[in-house]
Amino acid sequence: MAAVPAISIANLSVDLGGRRILDDLSLEVQRGEMVGLVGASGSGKTVLLRTMLGLLPKSAGQVEILGLPLERAAPREVRAIGRRCGAMFQQGALFSSLSVRENVEFPMREYLDGSDRMFRSVALAKLRMVGLSESDAEKLPAELSGGMTKRAALARALALDPEIVFLDEPTSGLDPIAAGEFDTLIRNLHDMLGLTLFMITHDLETLNAVCDRVAALHEGRIIADGPMHALLQSEHPWLQAYFRGERGRAVQWAR
Amino acid sequence: MAADMAHEPRINQTSLGDGAVLVLSGDWTAPHARLIEDLAHRALPQARRIVIDLTGIARLDTFGACAISMLRDAAGGAGMKPVLMGMAERNAPIFAALDPATAAEPPRPRASLLDAPESIGRNLTNAGADALALFSMLGRLVASFGRGLRDPSRLRFPSIVHHLDRTGVRAAPIVLLMTFLIGCIIAQQGFFHFRQFGATDYVVDLVTVLTLREIGVLLVIIMVAGRSGSSYAAEIGSMKMREEIDALRTMGLDPVDVLILPRVLALVVAAPLLTLLGMLAALLGAGVVAFLYEDMNPAIFLLRLREAATFSHLEVGLVKAPVMALVVAMTGAIEGLRVSGSAESLGLGATSSVVKSIFLVIVLDGLFAILFAWLGM
Repeated sequence: MAAVPAISIANLSVDLGGRRILDDLSLEVQRGEMVGLVGASGSGKTVLLRTMLGLLPKSAGQVEILGLPLERAAPREVRAIGRRCGAMFQQGALFSSLSVRENVEFPMREYLDGSDRMFRSVALAKLRMVGLSESDAEKLPAELSGGMTKRAALARALALDPEIVFLDEPTSGLDPIAAGEFDTLIRNLHDMLGLTLFMITHDLETLNAVCDRVAALHEGRIIADGPMHALLQSEHPWLQAYFRGERGRAVQWAR
Repeated sequence: MAADMAHEPRINQTSLGDGAVLVLSGDWTAPHARLIEDLAHRALPQARRIVIDLTGIARLDTFGACAISMLRDAAGGAGMKPVLMGMAERNAPIFAALDPATAAEPPRPRASLLDAPESIGRNLTNAGADALALFSMLGRLVASFGRGLRDPSRLRFPSIVHHLDRTGVRAAPIVLLMTFLIGCIIAQQGFFHFRQFGATDYVVDLVTVLTLREIGVLLVIIMVAGRSGSSYAAEIGSMKMREEIDALRTMGLDPVDVLILPRVLALVVAAPLLTLLGMLAALLGAGVVAFLYEDMNPAIFLLRLREAATFSHLEVGLVKAPVMALVVAMTGAIEGLRVSGSAESLGLGATSSVVKSIFLVIVLDGLFAILFAWLGM
């Protein structure tokens, strides 16, 4: 089988409220790649992610997930794609009426045929992997702290052992130790499952530690796309400001 | 589908003396969740030493690892703990996180005969707490209003006008339509039944007294409770969920001043006006039916109306409106402030604001009836 890219975006344009947010944007992510997306706040990173997930309409262009254009796919195919993708939203988006464990079990119950015991066992394992304890598992989302909400949301995104995981700022609001554990967790999952990762993040450490490739979004287009060190060498003024600003430098010095 | 067959998970069992080797093969992955668990349950070798060989597995994920852990735990009961062979280094963290033994069914609350009396008791104490909350809210509103009177700039007129528009002006069309129809219906029923006694003239009295004293105000308030009381609860509830109320508090502002008083005042002003409109629409409806259905001359209708519609009837109806509106708005605010984190509690708050305020309005109507009888109105 010829390698179908995990994500393929061609000439994508998105308008919101009469304003062009994404302009003729193209990006491809191969299977097993871990790609980070950087860009200023309000540059349209989340819009791009939501368009990829089919949550926002696009004005022009093509988005294919695992070789399937979402807008032309039959409901059954969309469902099949849904099983193979996991998404974690910026605010967690946990179902507020379900406990943390039930949140993680929810996609399993929707998509898989298995016993309660197995689902519970896998859900608890996922929660343990993201650093939540069994006592946290029975809590309701409203009882969680910000960091715990992130972890629970990540556990839910990983519930089905998806092939592609979309993450929107997974480490923002986590303490450095937790963020480091998150990096390790993502690497482990990648090694074990051959996970494809598409991640929006401002966390330079995570970009460094996790991502094979970094794409930079600026003024509606991808202005740079390559390994972290290549982006660090880039002459583009915005990238210079982003990576070689005070905070960016601090990270590099620390290494 | 042929490819699927090749990847089907299997266990091949071979016995070697007092030991057994379980050779696992195929895809031990999520789509086969039920199958791999069944395999793990069925393969229970009666041997002292068991080796589980994972080298033949094509693909493995957390679900597969879970089934293998279950197999290991179940087989371990018969003798020594089975040995996992050929586990890839990269899979170790997943196995480490899995512990099916702890995934026992969480204890479920048992139903008992005592639940019924317990819930009755709880509901009674809750009703008491509701009454207290209502009085406490009234006190806070009066205090806030008092502060506003001393310093009118604190009364937030733009907010009051905004809510007056939302709960009053925009409610007018539906209130007019609804009360007009009810006026029609009461008149039609009156004419239909009173015809048998030849007392059709009294239908006008019936409609007038009923509308001015009871129906007008009750219908309008019930509509207001469903329309505005619930939206107050939902608005304040979602502000509570998103920590907006806490943000106000930390800025040194009282949410009662900023959010609740303008809403309550707007509703207290809007309700009597809507009631008056509703009464007029209902009487108009009755007049239309009298003309079309009973061929009653509009002049006669107006004459009878003028006799029946005394000022005291109108007063009885209009006096009730602001009091009932106050209760509706306060109930909405209280239920909104009770919302906790979940979407469910927001829905519950909106629902119970409507249910409680309509119930309270009916109770209040009964109390008013006693009061007016005592006053001879």
